[in-house]
Amino acid sequence: MATKILIPTPLRPFTDKKDAVDVEGKTVGELLADLTTKHSGLKAHLYNDQGKLRSFVNIYINDEDIRYLQKEQTPVKAGDTVSIIPSVAGGAPTTAEAPAALPELTKDDYKRYSRHLILPEVGVEGQQKLKAAKILCIGAGGLGSPVALYLAAAGVGTIGIVDFDVVDFSNLQRQILHGTPDVGRPKLDSAKDKLLAINPNINVVTHNAALSSENALEIFAPYDIVVDGTDNFPTRYLVNDACVLLGKPNAYGSIFRFEGQASVFATKEGPCYRCLYPEPPPPGLVPSCAEGGVLGVLPGVIGCIQATETIKLIIGAGEPLIGRFLIFDALRMKFRELKLRKDPDCPVCGTHPTVTKLIDYEQFCGVPSATEAPMSGSTTEITAVDLKKRLDRGDKLTIVDVREPHEYQINRINGSLLIPLGDIPKRYVELDPNDELVMQCKVGGRSAKAADFLRSKGYNKVLNLTGGILDWIDKVDPSQPKY
Amino acid sequence: MPEVKTQTLMVNAAIDGEIRRHGEETYPHECCGALVGTGNRVTATVALPNTTEEGPRRRFMVRPSDYRVAEQKAGELGGDLLGFYHSHPDHPARPSQYDLDHAWPTFAYIIVAVAQGKSEAMTVWYLKEDRSAFDEGELHGN
Repeated sequence: MATKILIPTPLRPFTDKKDAVDVEGKTVGELLADLTTKHSGLKAHLYNDQGKLRSFVNIYINDEDIRYLQKEQTPVKAGDTVSIIPSVAGGAPTTAEAPAALPELTKDDYKRYSRHLILPEVGVEGQQKLKAAKILCIGAGGLGSPVALYLAAAGVGTIGIVDFDVVDFSNLQRQILHGTPDVGRPKLDSAKDKLLAINPNINVVTHNAALSSENALEIFAPYDIVVDGTDNFPTRYLVNDACVLLGKPNAYGSIFRFEGQASVFATKEGPCYRCLYPEPPPPGLVPSCAEGGVLGVLPGVIGCIQATETIKLIIGAGEPLIGRFLIFDALRMKFRELKLRKDPDCPVCGTHPTVTKLIDYEQFCGVPSATEAPMSGSTTEITAVDLKKRLDRGDKLTIVDVREPHEYQINRINGSLLIPLGDIPKRYVELDPNDELVMQCKVGGRSAKAADFLRSKGYNKVLNLTGGILDWIDKVDPSQPKY
Repeated sequence: MPEVKTQTLMVNAAIDGEIRRHGEETYPHECCGALVGTGNRVTATVALPNTTEEGPRRRFMVRPSDYRVAEQKAGELGGDLLGFYHSHPDHPARPSQYDLDHAWPTFAYIIVAVAQGKSEAMTVWYLKEDRSAFDEGELHGN
């Protein structure tokens, strides 16, 4: 009994242009075997090297896919129509695809990377992948330092660094890319020197720029993986979104005081930073490291985790930190792990994304842009110099320092009252609404929040000290230490 | 040495525009559609939904049911199914290993690169008979 198999357009050149072929058999498998015997050119296109039907070859009996029947064992009855129907798939290259040809290792490479080469998980091929890899570090600071140093030592062929800062004395406690003689130098220069000293065979690309929505996609484009070592929310969201848009994994890390976090975001299958935090915290709520402090060795721990994850992604070994959020507490010396899921409603990596290009991240995070009127002109602000004048004049002002007690120990304005920002909601009643209040912190961020809070409680005479204690020390009282 | 003949696909400005527009509309996701025509001349495109479950930024998928729709439309338009087009958002207009692994013989595969939402290079590719690689074809206007 002959059964007709309908042949799709692209396969007709192999069936003498016929759109249907009569074949014999009791099951679909037998029909296909007969078909490929009669027209042997079809075999390579229907079956893969293991002799299985290719995933994009669909066999239908009447209107049913044999995958949902008995596959190739599906029996064929008289009068059935069997069709080969293509599904058509394709797509752009992803980082998971190995580059066409991996670079050869030199004699020097074999010597230098011998401890990698004898690890079966790395081996020659893994080391070649490292050599071919292009990794971008956002920032040459606390996290960027260990990341870049270890990636350079590991033989990552191209390391890009984005930074625009110069080395400051206050960086040296943790930013081990830079040394005391580097103070005042651009961080990129000092970083490049250190990396090439460790490994002169790599290519260090410096991007002297503040990362922005205008330049991020262009800077990221040539790299395989981005390592986020930023210290602020606008850049963190920018890095995340750019990575999602470009399909590049983001080896994420962040640090604060004694606690660090790490994860791998924006992979094809995994969640992104926005799946975890769709919205940034209100500005000022989470202090920066400059305000809150950070244990110097903490970025060493977290940065090394980022470097580890980056190398694992490059060589394709182990279980990456995808869909897992690692929290490290240095004081208790404990690691905790949270499970993260890709959010189908995520505005950037979900099924119906609303963010399809880079936005204004300063505005998104509620940070006033640099183009807005200077705060000192505002009637709710007071400068250090004006404050000094008014105090000298004998005006009765209550200065409220909203920093933490350990900051107050380092420096303070004489006669100020210490109420840490976190205590303001329960202690503000200690303040007299009829007094003129001057709120003060380290640089003016936390005190602005405290001032807003007091105004919302009906305090009308509240001023915020512009530039905080640091400006006060610069302009009024240089005898005190800064931090 | 067997003679290597470059295949040519005729794509006029209107068709070219339709493919580019589709790629720009679906950016940052990949678009896909069918090429209908006769001989080596494309006379119409059929935009198809991208039904991939692997992330539409890097993949496209035309289901068998949509393939049937395309074949039916081709018949209605009095032409044959000549191939398919798809976009590569923020990637060059060159076929990936994935494209190669999933390619059908004889079909013309047009790839349009879309960078930052703007269409750029457009190329056409044909699978070698031994499935080892693609041969790049030539796109001709008018």
